[in-house]
Amino acid sequence: FLEPEASSCEGMMAAAARLFLRGANSKLSIAPGSLGTTLLKLSPNCSSRTKTQRRHAAHFTFQPDPVPSQYGPTQKMNLFQSITSALDNTLASDPTAVIFGEDVAFGGVFRCTVGLRDKYGKDRVFNTPLCEQGIVGFGIGVAVAGATAIAEIQFADYIFPAFDQIVNEAAKYRYRSGNMFDCGNLTIRAPWGCVGHGSLYHSQSPEAFFAHCPGLKVVIPRSPIQAKGLLLSCIADKNPCIFFEPKILYRAAVEQVPEDPYTIPLSQAEVLQEGSDVTLVAWGTQIHVLKEVASMAQEKLGVSCEVIDLQTILPWDIETVCKSVVKTGRLLISHEAPVTGGFASEISSTVQEECFLNLEAPISRVCGYDTPFPHIFEPFYIPDKWKCFEAIKKMINY
Amino acid sequence: QLSTALSNCFKCDLHRLEEGPPVKAELTREQGLQYYRTMQTVRRMELKADQLYKQKIIRGFCHLYDGQEACAAGIEAAINPSDHLITAYRAHGYTYTRGVSVKEILAELTGRRGGVAKGKGGSMHMYAPHFYGGNGIVGAQVPLGAGIALACQYQGNNQVCVTLYGDGAANQGQLFESYNMAALWKLPCIFICENNKYGMGTSVERAAASTDYYKRGDFIPGLRVDGMDVLCVREAAQFAADHCRAGKGPIIMELQTYRYHGHSMSDPGVSYRTREEIQEVRSKSDPISMLKERMLSHNMASVEEFKEIDIEIRKQVEDATQFATSDPEPPLEELCNHIFSNNP
Repeated sequence: FLEPEASSCEGMMAAAARLFLRGANSKLSIAPGSLGTTLLKLSPNCSSRTKTQRRHAAHFTFQPDPVPSQYGPTQKMNLFQSITSALDNTLASDPTAVIFGEDVAFGGVFRCTVGLRDKYGKDRVFNTPLCEQGIVGFGIGVAVAGATAIAEIQFADYIFPAFDQIVNEAAKYRYRSGNMFDCGNLTIRAPWGCVGHGSLYHSQSPEAFFAHCPGLKVVIPRSPIQAKGLLLSCIADKNPCIFFEPKILYRAAVEQVPEDPYTIPLSQAEVLQEGSDVTLVAWGTQIHVLKEVASMAQEKLGVSCEVIDLQTILPWDIETVCKSVVKTGRLLISHEAPVTGGFASEISSTVQEECFLNLEAPISRVCGYDTPFPHIFEPFYIPDKWKCFEAIKKMINY
Repeated sequence: QLSTALSNCFKCDLHRLEEGPPVKAELTREQGLQYYRTMQTVRRMELKADQLYKQKIIRGFCHLYDGQEACAAGIEAAINPSDHLITAYRAHGYTYTRGVSVKEILAELTGRRGGVAKGKGGSMHMYAPHFYGGNGIVGAQVPLGAGIALACQYQGNNQVCVTLYGDGAANQGQLFESYNMAALWKLPCIFICENNKYGMGTSVERAAASTDYYKRGDFIPGLRVDGMDVLCVREAAQFAADHCRAGKGPIIMELQTYRYHGHSMSDPGVSYRTREEIQEVRSKSDPISMLKERMLSHNMASVEEFKEIDIEIRKQVEDATQFATSDPEPPLEELCNHIFSNNP
């Protein structure tokens, strides 16, 4: 099982993880216990001290985009500030816009709404009681009646009481009323994804649940510049949108963000760097992991990777991804959410339909395992750069 | 062994009840010392958790119970170990009163294999026989509690289920669904709202159209109780348990209590309430001080005895901390364990 370069602890982890992935993907009746025991035997040099220390370091490095010049003057902002800026612009230009959710009045638990209540009044920025189903249902009503409703769900993990309202009420309103009514004025925002210590209920990435629902748009930004532009697009979009904000980036991601409003189009994936050998697709935090993986692949394997930020999960930009795969012949999709039924499966299925003869290797999905998001096993669970790197190696050598 | 009748319980506010719990309560010396020990252990355990969190030995989310000890201690004094209890995430106190050792609680907080949930659950997910956690999603535990009560009724075992929630959760829709089912089928469910005045940072007045949480069950009888007084809590819980065991259906108890810490370790707890308010509760209504003073003034125990108990508890918590910081983490195979039912 051991590769020659697996002399380092991390290399062993990668080898172990590959074993894990294989086990997770296969339909064998291997009892999880035995697989785990094999893993333990692979890492004799790793003391628990090292593991604890490494747990405290982030699994990615945020890579800022160059300063945009086409949108006017810019200001240094982190992710939550760029959200505030987008909301500020919206409340200023749209007199019907209202923001509501749990604790948004004082600024929100992630400070995305700081200052807005003071600036625009308590009838426009207000708290709701603790009732997600109520928040979304209420938001749908506000939107249907013609106001711009921006509802905040405090953590994406808490969105499930509202699932019925989103899927059955919001998504289907236009369709079932023959276009007489719609709640296109509704945008739902929620913090999303792993954060290092979030455990089961503060780390989830539920985009796949909503991707299965025609009538909704689902959008996930990778950075402050993207976030502001995409959020403003969601608010302007005449369909109910869910905007997931990678919470681990709220403070960690800092860029020069335009002060004036601007929009970034939905359903247009962005090619961040061009390449010829492998297409890498992700969204949100995972983009920064893949950018690093692309560098590693270039350096250590001489493999040229094309990195694509999907940005809009639903409806997704099939054309851009397929065009890239036609060129490279290899596709790796990566997300934190569990692999079974994760959005990578949709991408993989569509790409093999459209680009079957172009594929040089099976499409690779490097995702979270099929477990609840773990309490202390987070570093092992997430699709880190080592797992992605191993997957690229496998595809190249197929 | 002095036994004293203490007329300390103010009359509880009642909703749809002809009479409430007795206004006088009896306390034996043994009981008093036991309640003191329980509450002081929870207090010291929570303060140790605070310390370990600040040292980054405990990570993740941690919601501390100090200030509210009388609720857990009083309820446990009134019910049997064979009764059932479920609560939300501010659960360390109940984990202890339901029988889990300080050692296993702290080790769960530090995420070690000796933790009560094998290190896989953390602060919000601790369990024990007849104690169903430890639940992260606000309000989601209440329908579960009603279901457990249904099982008790169905099995005819004369047990009750104590279903706890906070003032924030009191506005969740699923509570009202639970009230309806429990009342319709006369389930032996004691719904208890621990009203500590703040749902995270939102005061009750700003969250609820009606802050009379004991009345929110409408057709379910209710009572409002001083949650800082362990004897009041005990008498009320006893009354509630008798009500359920007599087949009269569910009942709602509102415990007026207070937490010294913020909502969680990420919340300093002073941006939405004043330090003066916290200090006032500490000096006038602290559950542990109140019990101690009461016992001292009735000559039920001496200052030295309390000191000795404090020293014992301190040592117990230190030993538990030692374990919790040295026990190894769970092995990697636990990542994929217990997703489905395993064939051993």
